[in-house]
Amino acid sequence: MTTAISASDLRVTFDGDPALAGFSLDVPTGSLTAVVGPSGCGKTTALRAIAGFQDIETGSISIRDRIVASNGVSVPPERRGVGMVFQEFALFPHISVAENVGYGVRGADRVDRVQQTLALVGLDDHRHRFPHELSGGEQQRVALARALAPGADVVLLDEPFSSLDAPQRERMRRELKRIIRSAGVTAVLVTHDQAEALAIADKIAIMRDGHVVQSGTPVEVYGRPVSPWVARFLGDAMILDGTVVDGAISTSLGSIDTALVEGTLAQVMVRPEWVRPHRSENGIGHVVDREFYGHDQRVEIQLDDGTSVDALLPGMVEVEVGTRVDIDVDDAIVYHAAPAPTDA
Amino acid sequence: MNQRDPVIEIEVPAGTPMAPPATGTQKRSPGPWYLWVAAACIVGVVAVPLVALGIRALEASDAAWETLLSWRTVRLLVRTLLFTALVTASSVVIGVGGAWLLARTDIALRRVWGVAFALPLVIPSYVIALVLISATGPRGLLADATGIAVPHLIGLPGAWLALTLSTYPYVFLVTAAAMARLDPALEEAARGLGASPTRVFRTLVMPQLRPAIGAGALLAALYTLSDFGAVSLMRYDVFTRVIYAQYAGRLDRSPAIVLSIVLIVAALVVIWAEQRTRGSGAFFSRKPARPPAPYRLSAWQRATGIGFLGIVVSIGVLLPIGVLAAWLVRGIGLGVDVGIPWQAIAGSVTGASLAAIVAVAAAIPIVVLAVRFTSRASSLLERVVYVIFSLPHITVAIAVLAFTVRYARPVYQSLLVLVLVYAAMFLAQATGPAKASLLQIDPALDDASRGLGKGHAATLARITIPLMSKGLLAGGLLVFVTTLKELPATLLLRPSGFTTLSIRIWSSADELLYTQASAAALILIAVSVIPVYYLSIKPKDVVGS
Repeated sequence: MTTAISASDLRVTFDGDPALAGFSLDVPTGSLTAVVGPSGCGKTTALRAIAGFQDIETGSISIRDRIVASNGVSVPPERRGVGMVFQEFALFPHISVAENVGYGVRGADRVDRVQQTLALVGLDDHRHRFPHELSGGEQQRVALARALAPGADVVLLDEPFSSLDAPQRERMRRELKRIIRSAGVTAVLVTHDQAEALAIADKIAIMRDGHVVQSGTPVEVYGRPVSPWVARFLGDAMILDGTVVDGAISTSLGSIDTALVEGTLAQVMVRPEWVRPHRSENGIGHVVDREFYGHDQRVEIQLDDGTSVDALLPGMVEVEVGTRVDIDVDDAIVYHAAPAPTDA
Repeated sequence: MNQRDPVIEIEVPAGTPMAPPATGTQKRSPGPWYLWVAAACIVGVVAVPLVALGIRALEASDAAWETLLSWRTVRLLVRTLLFTALVTASSVVIGVGGAWLLARTDIALRRVWGVAFALPLVIPSYVIALVLISATGPRGLLADATGIAVPHLIGLPGAWLALTLSTYPYVFLVTAAAMARLDPALEEAARGLGASPTRVFRTLVMPQLRPAIGAGALLAALYTLSDFGAVSLMRYDVFTRVIYAQYAGRLDRSPAIVLSIVLIVAALVVIWAEQRTRGSGAFFSRKPARPPAPYRLSAWQRATGIGFLGIVVSIGVLLPIGVLAAWLVRGIGLGVDVGIPWQAIAGSVTGASLAAIVAVAAAIPIVVLAVRFTSRASSLLERVVYVIFSLPHITVAIAVLAFTVRYARPVYQSLLVLVLVYAAMFLAQATGPAKASLLQIDPALDDASRGLGKGHAATLARITIPLMSKGLLAGGLLVFVTTLKELPATLLLRPSGFTTLSIRIWSSADELLYTQASAAALILIAVSVIPVYYLSIKPKDVVGS
């Protein structure tokens, strides 16, 4: 698999505060990669550095195997061949939709190119409108068309859905995926919404404090988060403390066999959908609450030692408050501090 | 635990090392080179004559230095400063009083009064002076019309009244805008804490208004210090009038040059004094949630207020227009050949339009550098523009004459130089609105354009400048209106055969040809009213929102 964008060890500081610190990311050609992290983690700065709007202090960036920033050398944004979609879209307010889309297009086939791109985003009949006459979703599509029209095969999107309302957001998410797929471009999208990232991306990079802490497919990062922080950031997670005693970690939910050194402190992460309660008079707790969502339901179980555990079950499973239950766990992830066991 | 899949065990490195300690600050682009070249040329045109003036002063004759050090000069300086203080004080009283009445009380017809009260802004001070001179006295128009002898306004009282009427609108406009921005919640909070209305005014309202009143007073003081036309017509000797007399009447011009430098120093002292009194407290200004509740006037207060507004508007607006019209009618009745001064109109409009175009073009690089590529150098650039704006026109004109006569003979007294001088003196009026409009343009638009393959220059031409157009237009109109009224620089620098409305008014009035003067003055006011009306209905284009 080739790499469309490769950023390695980027560093950017604002008035002495690091915005990017050791940021590295490889974006596979043709992928839709999401960079996700809490606000202030530096994700927008990373995107601006790739686009060329932000100078980097150290590190290097290459796009299509061409170095665009390294050692004080910086190719200006207009020569990087990268399309960018801005958070508030940044449509030029004084020119029409067609002129916006055609702004970066050169050559004789300019008119055709604008027409094709507008058709791709489904706005061929809005060409003579002005940006303020469009809905949020339409502005979004114009912004995307404008970034694609010059023929860039790499497109960067900064929080593309943040200025849309909830129903529009879901529709645009699918629309965006479709447009990017049919244009055959590589896309990098920045968002603070982990659900959005999981839903849309082929690859996710999770950022914290200016660098990427984990990257992989949505299934990998959700199912195998590298730290309790990543686990909690990507979804609901219960973290249970335990200690290694006699070759097993003992937690409120039971014990897990392990090869870790005796006495090691460990944390066990379990997601609610991995928890399977079943009716048992000899169980270890009882159901205290149930939130029914329709497609699924959240069941709160109070264990006999006082710990509270959530389980996410299909909606139509009958559950009554007060039922005593035993618990199976489909999956669990153990985090432990160094040193690792010598025999592992 | 009953589990089906093997458990994944992940080691979390303890205390994951973060980035190395932060060093250095964020590098900022200084901006494209061609903007700096343009800015350097502009500053060169603006600043070089002043440097030349300094050089000329150093080689001034002994006679010039004797003039400078004579008691007469000291007396003149003291008189000029006292006169400036007097006019500024009366302007502040009238301007702030009017602002309070029209911005914070429930007086009737606030809109109409507001427009009328600001209107003297379009009447040049020498026109007001001309009107006062011709209307008063035993043989003046007022005496003719009413039969009551009004004392002749000339000298100090006349100059004082003329300049107060010309300058209070600055204080009024700036203060009224600040009063409208006062957040009533602050005052209510203070009242709720048990503060008396006087204490609220002293501790909350005044400190918030002080910067605005100070700024208005500064404009009034600088205007007075540099006014030439009104004091000359009133025959009141202050610096500008004496400098002009020295320049026009003597072979040795160095005394005028030395006095010019004293006047520049006086202007700088006024600016410095205003900054000293500005205070260090900063008020976080935000748009208040609701307009302040108007103060309810008692019947007696209302009558006083209307009386005050009525007197000011009568003397500042109705009297000048009435007198000018009366002179014109009387002159025509007596068979004076008035004729429309086409040549002067053409000269005024040409000079003012060219000055506006040049000033707007020069404002663009300065504003773009100051807003988009903020650095110490670009802020300095902006400040130079403001310093030039505050200099008395007569001194700038003398500096330019001294410079061109020696180093740029081919353009000596050419239209080119005159237009450049206008543009330089009023550049700040173009940069102000341009800056306000640029600040409202999302920098992401620039980024978007550059991301689409356009360089700085193309982005400037196709995105930034078109989006700034309203601010640029507003700035251009301000320069146009101010240039129309300009007198001393026009008088000294105009090419031979070139005349303007301001020149015509001044010379006709000097020769007591009131009919000709009043025709020119009415035309000048009429030409100014259209752009001023446009600006007054689009205040956001001038000061931003």
